[in-house]
Amino acid sequence: MNRAASATFHDAERAIPDGRTLKSSLRRAQRREKMKAFALIVPLLAFVLLTFVAPVANMLLRSVDNSVVPDTLPLTVQALESWDGESDQPPGEAVYAALAADLKAAVAVRRHMQLAGRLNYERTGTSSLFRKTGRRVGKWDLASDAPFAEKFEKIDEDWTDPALWRLIKTFSGAHTGGYFLNAVDMQLGEEGIELRDEDERIYLLLLERTLFMSLMITLLCLLLAYPVAWLLATSSLRASNILLILVLLPFWTSLLVRTSAWKVLLQQQGVINDVLVWAGLVADENRLALINNQTGTIIAMTHILLPFMILPLFSVMKTISPNYVRAAKSLGASDTTAFLQIYLPQTVPGIGAGSILVFILSIGYYITPELVGGTSGVFISNRIAYHISTSLNWGLAAALGVMLLLLVLVLYWAYDRIVGIDNVKLG
Amino acid sequence: MRKYSTVVGLVALLSMAGTAVAQDMTIVSWGGAYQKSQQRAYHDPYMALNPGVKIINSDSSAEAVAKLRAMNEAGNVTWDVVDAVASDAMRLCDEGLAMVLDPDEVLNPAPDGTPASVDFGDLIVSECHVPNIVYSTTVGYRTDLVGDTPPTEICALFDLETYPGKRALEKRPINNLEWALMCDGVAKEDVYDVLETEEGQDRAFAKLDTIKDHTIWYTAFADTPQLLADGEIVMGSTFNGRLFALIEEQKQPVAMLWDAQVFDLDGWIIPAGLSPERQARALDYLKFATDTQRLADQAKYIPYGPARASSAPLVSTHADLGIEMAPHMPTAPENAKNTFLFNYTWWADYRDDLDAKFQAWLAQ
Repeated sequence: MNRAASATFHDAERAIPDGRTLKSSLRRAQRREKMKAFALIVPLLAFVLLTFVAPVANMLLRSVDNSVVPDTLPLTVQALESWDGESDQPPGEAVYAALAADLKAAVAVRRHMQLAGRLNYERTGTSSLFRKTGRRVGKWDLASDAPFAEKFEKIDEDWTDPALWRLIKTFSGAHTGGYFLNAVDMQLGEEGIELRDEDERIYLLLLERTLFMSLMITLLCLLLAYPVAWLLATSSLRASNILLILVLLPFWTSLLVRTSAWKVLLQQQGVINDVLVWAGLVADENRLALINNQTGTIIAMTHILLPFMILPLFSVMKTISPNYVRAAKSLGASDTTAFLQIYLPQTVPGIGAGSILVFILSIGYYITPELVGGTSGVFISNRIAYHISTSLNWGLAAALGVMLLLLVLVLYWAYDRIVGIDNVKLG
Repeated sequence: MRKYSTVVGLVALLSMAGTAVAQDMTIVSWGGAYQKSQQRAYHDPYMALNPGVKIINSDSSAEAVAKLRAMNEAGNVTWDVVDAVASDAMRLCDEGLAMVLDPDEVLNPAPDGTPASVDFGDLIVSECHVPNIVYSTTVGYRTDLVGDTPPTEICALFDLETYPGKRALEKRPINNLEWALMCDGVAKEDVYDVLETEEGQDRAFAKLDTIKDHTIWYTAFADTPQLLADGEIVMGSTFNGRLFALIEEQKQPVAMLWDAQVFDLDGWIIPAGLSPERQARALDYLKFATDTQRLADQAKYIPYGPARASSAPLVSTHADLGIEMAPHMPTAPENAKNTFLFNYTWWADYRDDLDAKFQAWLAQ
């Protein structure tokens, strides 16, 4: 250590008038500044944590949560451990006694039907078996009414079915992959993981359709938006302002109004078909089916999502100097070459941003497809909404949601690899 | 001293705000013409009698079970009285999300003294549910699109030769599978036994296959009236009240096919876990809104049958149209020649399974 350095070091250690060292008071001041800066973002951070991160994490956990079984039937699950799942005999009296105790406690707090709902996803009929059993078990006396095996058998013979007990044993853990298996049309059968019956497979088909339709919508949006954005970017200020208002006006109109308007336009007795028939382009008995199918979904959603493509493209095109294309032409390039080699590459950041926006928005859409999609034009998100609000199978809804989330992340990663995410410009 | 008085003032203000909030009662129903009929028959007279109570309407009944479950998990139930169909009420009751109600204890007897449990009779299907109406899902058809032979029975749905054109059916297995089996030759009382078997299910789907591509599968019950009015479909299923509005209020060329109408019940539940004060107010409202006169009054605004036997003779004319309402009730003898009662407990078991099959069938 040389002298000068040690001098500064000692200066720093030296007490300043209020009794603290210079170094510590500097550190203190810096810490205060940092705290202040942090305090400024605390509300935002708390907001994001509370309204975004926590619910998403909660949803992710729901997709594997199976705690209703071990929580409702703790004694039974324990007693079942010693039962051989391979056997074709129902378990012994100890298990039935444990079940009686568990059910009696569950009935008192009305929890047994939640359990029944969970098991009914795996085995149809469990719901009424538990409802029926619950009514009787509530009246039993645990001390004096033993043995219970026969009593259960008398309520319903299903209680002696080893398959039912195997099911409870299989799904006795606090976590399950059952929802994820269901989300890819599989199930945990008697012989391990297997494909569902053909007449129950739906989610992979829906996923495929979701991807196909979202890609079509993105592509159509790009084709339609590109010339519009170019016009916006290159016309006079006055003209482009009016054009911009024309783009934004529908954007500000209610989604439901726009979707309903498409119904009026597209249906078989609707405006478009009427005009086509009047013009003699389509025979009256062969009116086009433009709605309640994939065509309807793609048309309506392309229209609804178009501004999300136009705006990023416009903001990128506005910054492109016309001199480049002019220079290319003066050097002998044809219009096509000048566009393809000079103009188009400069708009890639806008194309990327618009496409990502439109694709991600469309993959999670469900209101419009529900109204105009019929049977072939619905998205996987429609099934998620159904399981959240109607069937109440939140675990399956969460698993489907996780799949969708992973899909978007994979595509995002792919985009980053191919085009580069730094190359995206929103404005 | 000043500080002290500010605190006192704040506390007083807060407690006043507290009582103001406490007098609000949120009643959840289905929106549209139905909620309006409840507003006029129940809410308005109740608020006139109880000036301190302010009823706030919410139209979330379609998602009542999901939302109540979420509210319960969050520990903050904001609804006081909820209108729910019987199957939803049963699910809420099963999960302990609705309060158990003893009809004779919490409801008014009939004017002649008949206890409520007898007056409602077997329409009380869950111990948490007080029904207020019987409604039905039935088929409406365009009178100008069916030629000279208007349909008289449900199987017209499957008769593409006599009645060509599109149909509209709800995008769920309930009702559709039952109608398909009945039109495939299964006796009404055997429908659910047959539907329990794999072969029976295949049979129902095969029957629906014959009209699958000629059908618009809807999720919103407002779709069928709109599609009928636009001439987009020749016939379609929906609630009888919606068809009544289309025929009598909007004067569209539409008629109703009452054959094999499916009866269902709609009524009130009170969420579990309300504070004693809110619960008492909800019960007070329930007692008022389900008495004999009030149930009969609702039929002045919408053609759904009152759930009390004692209300039927009091049903009068429509408040705005002036027409006699009794012949428009699904329960009127002329309309109820062939009816079908939706089996709640059966569907509680088979809903998940058959819905998966139905959606897979639709998507293919």
